[in-house]
Amino acid sequence: MALSIAHRATGIALSVGTLLMTWWLVAAAASDHAFAMVQGFLGSGLGVFLLLGWAAAALLLHFFLGIRHLAWDAGWGFGILAQQEPVGMGSGSRIYRITGWGVIGVTVLATLTVWIAGLISWR
Amino acid sequence: MTDKPDRPAVTPHVAVLASPLKRARGLGSARSGSGAWWAERLTSVALVPLTLWFIASIISLEGTSRAGVIAWLQAPVPLVLMLCMIVATFWHMEQGLRVVIDDYLRNDVMRMTMLLLNRGVCAIAGLLCVVSVLRLGL
Repeated sequence: MALSIAHRATGIALSVGTLLMTWWLVAAAASDHAFAMVQGFLGSGLGVFLLLGWAAAALLLHFFLGIRHLAWDAGWGFGILAQQEPVGMGSGSRIYRITGWGVIGVTVLATLTVWIAGLISWR
Repeated sequence: MTDKPDRPAVTPHVAVLASPLKRARGLGSARSGSGAWWAERLTSVALVPLTLWFIASIISLEGTSRAGVIAWLQAPVPLVLMLCMIVATFWHMEQGLRVVIDDYLRNDVMRMTMLLLNRGVCAIAGLLCVVSVLRLGL
């Protein structure tokens, strides 16, 4: 439930993020001055925050949640474990809950990896 | 004739002079639902490798000059992958935002306006990216 709305929220945030990518590409195609401006913005505190937040955290959460959605579409992830448990609190062994926590864990690891790689490359 | 109490006093009649098939036609699926569903999956699957490649590329391009970006896009593989990534991303974005708009906007005029705006913004931003990348890479 919480992850479902997170998928939408990150999707909307990433839609705004694509406009930043558009600005970057258009500026690169336009002129040295325009490109210096967008690079200056991306290097600022707000720019780094947006890059780390959008390009890493939101994108990776949406990415892994999307893969879980694809797995559901393929029929995987609603297995016997999910059907046996009664609906209600304490149904922690349901497969979708396990994969949900898995998504959160993988997202945290991948986000840290991207942040560290990004900061190393920046230095 | 004997009386039949189980029969209604007024016999049911067909109000519209049309066959049952004619009345059923046009009310069901427009047969485009599965196409939209499939397109969502198509862009999702395509974006899995493309996004990973894009993140790695952006990290390697950090702090680069404009000449560096041009040199990167002059190679055919990054250029083609960027074009694929851009088309898949903006197509996927249009699909996702369309679902959100359909779900949350109840007012028909508002909903239709936002749906058209969504398509317009996605198409224009996507084309801006495609043209920019081609201008840098070709």
